[in-house]
Amino acid sequence: MAKATFSILRGEAGGGQLVDYTTEVTEGMVVLDAVHQIQAESAGDLACRWNCKAGKCGSCSAEINGQPRLMCMTRLNQLDLSQPVTIEPMKAFPHFKDLVTDVSWNYQVKKGITKFTPRKPDAADGTWRMHQEDVDRAQEFRKCIECYLCQDVCHVLRDHHLHDEFIGPRFLVYTANLEMNPIDTENRLDELRKLHGIGYCNITKCCTKVCPEEIKITDNAIIPLKERVVDHAFDPLAKLIGLVTGKIPGP
Amino acid sequence: MADYQTFDYDVLVIGAGGAGLRAAIEAAGAGVSVGLVCKSLLGKAHTVMAEGGMAAAIGNVDDRDNWKVHFTDTLRGGQYVNNWRMAELHAKEAPDRVKELEAWGALFDRTKDGRILQRNFGGHRYPRLAHVGDRTGLEMIRTLQDHGIHQGIDVHMEVTVTTLLKRGDRVCGALAYDRQQGQFRLFRAKAIVLATGGVGRAYQITSNSWEYSGDGQALAYEAGAALMDMEFIQFHPTGMVWPPSVRGILVTEGVRGEGGVLLNNKGERFMFGDIPDNYKAQTADNPEEGWRYTQGDKNARRPPELLTRDHVARCIVREVREGRGSPHGGVFLDIQWIKEKLPNAAEHIRKKLPSMYHQFKQLADIDITKQPMEIGPTTHYIMGGIRVDGDSQMSNVPGLYAAGESAAGLHGANRLGGNSLSDLLVFGKRAGEFAARFAKDHPAVAPDPGEVNERIAQALAPLERKNGESPYRIQQDLQNMMQDLVGIVRREDEMVRAAEGLAKLKERATRVSAAGNRQYNPGWHTAIDLKNLLTVSEAVILSAIARKESRGGHFRDDYPDKKAEFGGHNHLISRAADGSMKLVAEPIPPMPDELKRIVEEMK
Repeated sequence: MAKATFSILRGEAGGGQLVDYTTEVTEGMVVLDAVHQIQAESAGDLACRWNCKAGKCGSCSAEINGQPRLMCMTRLNQLDLSQPVTIEPMKAFPHFKDLVTDVSWNYQVKKGITKFTPRKPDAADGTWRMHQEDVDRAQEFRKCIECYLCQDVCHVLRDHHLHDEFIGPRFLVYTANLEMNPIDTENRLDELRKLHGIGYCNITKCCTKVCPEEIKITDNAIIPLKERVVDHAFDPLAKLIGLVTGKIPGP
Repeated sequence: MADYQTFDYDVLVIGAGGAGLRAAIEAAGAGVSVGLVCKSLLGKAHTVMAEGGMAAAIGNVDDRDNWKVHFTDTLRGGQYVNNWRMAELHAKEAPDRVKELEAWGALFDRTKDGRILQRNFGGHRYPRLAHVGDRTGLEMIRTLQDHGIHQGIDVHMEVTVTTLLKRGDRVCGALAYDRQQGQFRLFRAKAIVLATGGVGRAYQITSNSWEYSGDGQALAYEAGAALMDMEFIQFHPTGMVWPPSVRGILVTEGVRGEGGVLLNNKGERFMFGDIPDNYKAQTADNPEEGWRYTQGDKNARRPPELLTRDHVARCIVREVREGRGSPHGGVFLDIQWIKEKLPNAAEHIRKKLPSMYHQFKQLADIDITKQPMEIGPTTHYIMGGIRVDGDSQMSNVPGLYAAGESAAGLHGANRLGGNSLSDLLVFGKRAGEFAARFAKDHPAVAPDPGEVNERIAQALAPLERKNGESPYRIQQDLQNMMQDLVGIVRREDEMVRAAEGLAKLKERATRVSAAGNRQYNPGWHTAIDLKNLLTVSEAVILSAIARKESRGGHFRDDYPDKKAEFGGHNHLISRAADGSMKLVAEPIPPMPDELKRIVEEMK
């Protein structure tokens, strides 16, 4: 039976070093299988998050040979096993232990986004009529499994650590989902510009490339939001009308 | 004195899948303080994996549907040992619970006239499942999560409860540890809702994640609550079988709902050869009619692939045992054949079943628009669980409630696909509502500090013990034993062996040790979960031996037929005074005449 070596970051809170583990490789194995095997064989306290093992829950995000991936969806036959495979935690969040990072910041950010607020039901049965074409766009964003790989790879967070000023691609997608929900009544354009730092994104599309759900984050969520924000805040025609009518448009 | 942090809530909800979140939202809405404990991060619970949809007789696609049809479908699927009151409430309330999700931001797939689209599923007479492609569970958990975070609920992520605490008869708190730091938390609460899901990790081949170690069932049992019908476990007919590392991962029933067919290695649609009598009238007798049904023809009957899960799973096992299986010990599930019927079949499949397409493409190198899948049964769901009152969801321990998969009753001997998500909503809401009411009516009582210290010491024992057995090894041995001896086809002699094996495993578990420290240490966590897995496995074995007939998810090779004498009672498991596990048969209360009439009418 073939064997392969995995260099896994072991240690706590930013410290630690890569430790090599060699284990048997069988057909169809994914990186998460290798981690589990290593846990059972020789490293019972090796910390990693996982749940569904089917790419649906977004728990097992890590950096495999430097690439942000879900461990459960990365097959070993896609990797060069003649070299040790490195497995490290995500780098945009505080390291906790081994492959586990502290992702609690993401949960705080979500709470700070103006919540969904529907208009009054308009159909006789107390619900709403929405057509498939109207929900298609938001449904794409709702595929998000909150693996935070897009956050991990975003240079604004990863390299510049602007977590206090920028909500990151995940929550721009979340905001886009709310803004494009056909029955939502809120307007989140001001908070996007002033509090959530949409201007920091310079559309390098790194987030789109790593999304395991293949959401077109930049093209379908961030760019349309940027356009709306600009229209809302800086439209000269609206300003002119505002001056004439005495109604000041949104800042 | 052990060190721990204390939190006070009116209602503590343990588990943050669909049922737990819905319960927490309801309790918070009633104006009481609510703590919500989740074993993983918020939004990662098993609900996220549900694929096909949530069953509710809204009648958007077929207006012949109504609660009475849904009610009788649920009883027929459950082989009439269901808690009929729960089946009634579920059928009546599911439509409102589904519509409510839309008001909280969910976006279901739509009908042409802009209403919630509903799809066909096994055992449901009419298209009934509200859905979003094949990721309905994600839609549901995210909707509840995103709504819930604005309701003032205190969320404790990555926290596992080890013990329920009581004073007198009443439950009054729970002891837990957080995964990250390994520190203990004492939750004092007036009422507690258990919504911890199932027991799938007791088996080797399962669609369940590491979390599903029967925590709620075992905690409730330890606290004196009765467990009911633990022999009824659902083996979902379609799990992946190849490659080995993905064995057990679920393949949604939606594949069959969209026209997918089951074939053996001779290319036969073997399900046509075995249609139970009580389903003959509503099942297609030729492939053409079955296809028309999946395409929405109201005059067509459903294809036999959409018979109930217990039956389909057994037929697959039979094909494999008799040498007609696929190369890796399953059968074929074929959706690509629909290109004979539809011009744009490949695109249609990718649109309707996107995550199945990706799952097979990425994990098995199979393009389901071009090749058949190989599938076989996988441990998926337990119909049994904590015995609750149908209306309030309270167990026999005052103040202790249960909802969702951890509770028993709604599904009887076999659950219909799609009835789980609606179960979570209907009974999650009820549990939250009644728990809040209980908390308002009862003063807080303090747990005994001595007991807290003792329980903490017990939980830490595996870390302090040196050179004991590996928890992973004992867990694996348990999983292999349950798979081999108490699986989809059961026999008395094998289960007796399992009972003996279990006693040995319990003994080994007392010597378990985990290396490392308290911080995020999966070895230690596995050691703690192991206790729960052993408790629920013992309950499953005991109940399965006692039911000397075949019914729903419980199939006995030595008693292959259903027996009337077993149709009138549920099995209750509880702890005897001497600490041993005891089983009694409890008669099912008679159904009111009005419900009886409905069952007769719909036959």
